[in-house]
Amino acid sequence: MSATLETPAKNYELRPKLSDDGETELLEVSMGPHHPSTHGVFRMDVVLDGERVVRLKPVFGYLHRNHEKIAEGTSYLSSMPYTDRLDYFCSLTNNWAYALAVEKLAGLQVPERAEYIRVITAELTRLQNHTCLIGFLMQDMGALGTPLMYAFREREKILDLFEALTGARMMCNYMRFGGCRVDLPPGWLAAAQRIVDEYPRFLDEFETLLSGNEIIIARSQGIGVLPRELAVNAGITGPVARAAGVDYDLRKVDKYGIYDRFSFRVPLGDHGDTYDRYMIRILEMRESLKILQQALKDIPAGPIIDPKAKLRGFRPKAGEAYGRIEAPKGELGFYLISDGGPNPFRYRVRPPSFINLTVLEDMCLGNTIADAVITLGSVDIVLGEVDR
Amino acid sequence: MATARTSQDCLTNVETLEQIKDRITHVLPGARLEIVPNESPSGQRSLLVDHEHAGAIATFLRDDAELRLDYCSNATGVDWPEAVVKTKIKKPVVTDGVEKEVEETVDALRSGYLEAVYHLYSVAKKHGPVILRLRTGNRTDKVTLPSLTPVWRSCEYQEREIFDLFGIKFAGHPDLRRILMWDGFVDHPMRKDYVEPDDFEYEPTPHDAVLERAKTHYPSEVKT
Repeated sequence: MSATLETPAKNYELRPKLSDDGETELLEVSMGPHHPSTHGVFRMDVVLDGERVVRLKPVFGYLHRNHEKIAEGTSYLSSMPYTDRLDYFCSLTNNWAYALAVEKLAGLQVPERAEYIRVITAELTRLQNHTCLIGFLMQDMGALGTPLMYAFREREKILDLFEALTGARMMCNYMRFGGCRVDLPPGWLAAAQRIVDEYPRFLDEFETLLSGNEIIIARSQGIGVLPRELAVNAGITGPVARAAGVDYDLRKVDKYGIYDRFSFRVPLGDHGDTYDRYMIRILEMRESLKILQQALKDIPAGPIIDPKAKLRGFRPKAGEAYGRIEAPKGELGFYLISDGGPNPFRYRVRPPSFINLTVLEDMCLGNTIADAVITLGSVDIVLGEVDR
Repeated sequence: MATARTSQDCLTNVETLEQIKDRITHVLPGARLEIVPNESPSGQRSLLVDHEHAGAIATFLRDDAELRLDYCSNATGVDWPEAVVKTKIKKPVVTDGVEKEVEETVDALRSGYLEAVYHLYSVAKKHGPVILRLRTGNRTDKVTLPSLTPVWRSCEYQEREIFDLFGIKFAGHPDLRRILMWDGFVDHPMRKDYVEPDDFEYEPTPHDAVLERAKTHYPSEVKT
């Protein structure tokens, strides 16, 4: 090659050169804590390049009341009503997770009827949580009113059941260590059966309205993608992880309670996007209905609490235990250390929605800020549990 | 009829904690490991890990083909303040020419430390938990532990929470800031010796305990 065709050095620019630190000026937006789409007092520090998210840091703690410290200063039983306030949509599953951890710590057995009641109430909780979450998600996407009202109509029926059983619609405070607080009232099982029988019709109606909707598909498919490997490594659990294809459902893995007696499947997603997270919840509700049908058919008569379980003066032996269940939002765990005293020495809640927020930034990067809203909506957080 | 508890409390379906410990010391000869007993019916014993090898041990546990502990479910702190611990020691005592073992309770002063506890499970193999513990030197100036966030991303927010509430500093954490308390906050509320701020507000009609507190705040105004 000869050097004759060498280009002469240029001393001009054809186009104005952009600065190295970003092509346009970045805009910092503090989204929340009062933004209606943040599901409570939650804030996101978002850095935008035009409409694209280039950085997103969740900021929370506005509802922090140090639940763990309060629980360490009081007896084991008096924390039970306070667990209702963690994820206030799913008080019964919170109760169950705490009761399970204490039962492991103290070695208590649960009578069979109580196990069935626990499964029935937990699956009803899952139904109403997923139904409402879909309603909220649609609200975030701009379907103002209708889907949420449909969801709340169904939730109301389930809350009526909870009220008949526990006396409270949301703050149920129902489970006890080694069983449940009260037995089912007369006619409760028939009422639950009626709701469970009618629910598939509602789901079909809901799906007809939503699943094939062009706007929902355009807004949610391919948005907020969570890769499978990241989901496992970041400890994501529940429907968010299963939508990313992680086959991990504690009802199948741990078989806690009596879940090994029911036949049901664990739906898994292929894409890990917002649409999959929506669809996984619909499918999980259908599986929950299967469990409910079996549980309502098989529930035996008998005692509802371990006769050896002490309510007052309860002092487990020194030691520690970690108990976990598949709550509607993911793995809800309680880690307890006892020093032999009446209060737990260490009381820790492993909150699923707190840990599921770890990957919010990864899911939102590169999408628009409007997509960040629905991505957050599809993760399903409750700030009572995130902030504790 | 009571339902039987499932076997999930035992460690893994392949190995005991002793076998895991032996394998780690085989792969990482310098590692100092100790099995922490647990007398509760849960039987969840844990593995106390030294600071220098914590990262390597965590990576080994995650990547080992048998264990595949790819999922760190729970990471939390525990504050163990200085305390007198009663321990039972078996002591040979010679009475009437016969040697007998007699149990004796000995009071020992345990120096205070902070602890980080990690509950590891396997999504791939569906077993667990293997529990790791890391202990700081004391509760005041030697409070740095190696971060396990580079191994398991799920520790990112949880280690921030431990830093916030317990005051353990994690070396190697990508973004160690307060997470639940606000940035200007100084203390660590989950410490056992944390004193709550005195946020008494003026109360026009105090009574009982509130009256006692009102007296310390507004002695001239309170009628007794």
